[in-house]
Amino acid sequence: MKTNTLSYKIKQYLIFAGLTTFIFASVVLVPFVYGLYLTFTSWDGVSLSKPFVGIENYVNAFADTSYWQSLGRTFIYSAIAVILVNAVAFIIAYMVTSGIKGQNFFRAGFFVPNLIGGIVLGYVWKFVFNKALVELAETITSGHAKSLLATETGAIAALIIVSVWQYAGYMMLIYVAGFMSVSEDVIEAAKIDGCTGSQSIFYISIPLMTASFVQCLFLTITRCFMVYDVNLSLTNGDPYGSSALAAMHVYNQAFINKNYGTGQAEALILFVICAIIGGIQVYVGKKGEVQA
Amino acid sequence: MENAKAARNKKIRHAIMIIVLTILFIAFIFPFIMVVINVFKVKADITAAPLALIGKHGFTLENFPNAIEKMNFFRSFGNSLFITIFATIGTIILSSMTAYLIVRNNWKANKILFVLMIASMVIPFQVLMIPLVSLYGGVFGILNHRLTLIFMHIGFSLSMATFMFHGSIHTNVPISLEEAATIDGCNKFQIFAQIVFPILKPTIATVAIIDAMAFWNDYLLPSLVLGRKELYTIPIATKVFYGTYSTDTGLIMAALLLAMLPILLLYIFLQKYIVEGITAGAVK
Repeated sequence: MKTNTLSYKIKQYLIFAGLTTFIFASVVLVPFVYGLYLTFTSWDGVSLSKPFVGIENYVNAFADTSYWQSLGRTFIYSAIAVILVNAVAFIIAYMVTSGIKGQNFFRAGFFVPNLIGGIVLGYVWKFVFNKALVELAETITSGHAKSLLATETGAIAALIIVSVWQYAGYMMLIYVAGFMSVSEDVIEAAKIDGCTGSQSIFYISIPLMTASFVQCLFLTITRCFMVYDVNLSLTNGDPYGSSALAAMHVYNQAFINKNYGTGQAEALILFVICAIIGGIQVYVGKKGEVQA
Repeated sequence: MENAKAARNKKIRHAIMIIVLTILFIAFIFPFIMVVINVFKVKADITAAPLALIGKHGFTLENFPNAIEKMNFFRSFGNSLFITIFATIGTIILSSMTAYLIVRNNWKANKILFVLMIASMVIPFQVLMIPLVSLYGGVFGILNHRLTLIFMHIGFSLSMATFMFHGSIHTNVPISLEEAATIDGCNKFQIFAQIVFPILKPTIATVAIIDAMAFWNDYLLPSLVLGRKELYTIPIATKVFYGTYSTDTGLIMAALLLAMLPILLLYIFLQKYIVEGITAGAVK
């Protein structure tokens, strides 16, 4: 059988990747390009006509102060959440790989929040913040207590707490894999050379685990930056829209205010920001990689 | 002497770590405990004392049948299960085949497809949701079908899955095995199905776990595609239920517990594989 003719190649491609190409194109590629087109139209979500309006949607997006406010909040929320998620995950991963009793139990236990979807988690925590923790605070101080969700800063703080709780277990498993990939021999050799425990973490384990850090940072940054489910169920933007993050703003702009063109333009600005962050990360990650 | 001291230090360090982990663990499961203790109370008791183990009016089971009926639990459970199973199977078969083609054939078309897939991973869902609704709702008119949602779930997860299978085939499948099979008269598809696919079992498990969890828990995409009540998945049903009965705390507790229960029960049995699968997927 000839394996270098064009017809052979086409046949093989269609058998192995034909359906993949079709689905990937119809769900990701075509909508992406079509989305670019939508940003130049004013579509109301119902009619078949999509009047061309030039760059009006981008002008609207840049003039939309509540969009930029939500974006600012998203930056603050993401920065704090990403740092805390990774710090907590790394510390737990260190402890559950140090050979203590019951480490498999802990690994499995800390992962549990990841099993549950953001909508359900948000409602569970809403109850915890509004009822259980208020009751707890009132018992301790024997006075009147207010829910964390009642103030603007409190609502963002609550979102951060829930995100740390939700993602730490998943990132922990990636760091556990990282710790396990650092060979015992290297650590042993360092100890013989007089390295203390903390020195071996900072100078040996962490540099050798660059891949884990890159992976965890990528996952947490993209997830935090695009968070929607927990935002919707935990705060729904309250109080008075002050805790609406960027993804929620885009959704509301399009599907609630029916400004599909402006919503799509705002989503596209988000994409550009994401792509820049992703690019920086890949670059820094490649540069920092250490070979054992 | 030195050794005894070092051993004692190690013991103390381990004891401290176990205490810290236990405290953290209690903080981690605190929200779940809250749901479990309150689900057996009547509404008045939940409002009066959410932290009490048992309410004044005693133990009650009435929240469950009410919630099951009002959120149409079994219907949404069935929908979630159907969508998750078929989307996961579809993703695994298509992405492993594609990855195999890409790894073994250095063709231009393969390279273009692979680069596009990798690049598409930075596209946030928010950029695609409006055009998806516009195209599939307005132009084709095929929203409100579970198959449409399965099709989209597969489309969104293909890139990551192909990337993972690509790495796994590249490092774990010896080409000599395939050459031997070619000599024995196997065609490419037979080689893939009978030799390559079975070797990929660990990666299949990892992809299945990650994707099935994502499909089961997804809210935004399903809520855009499935607008009819009888098509609701568990996350949509929970959201709608909360919107209607948010003041009836007992019912809400039961609904939340029901929404969490299937995956928690599954986790009890598959916990070892899930933890191992995710950890294995992290090593590259």
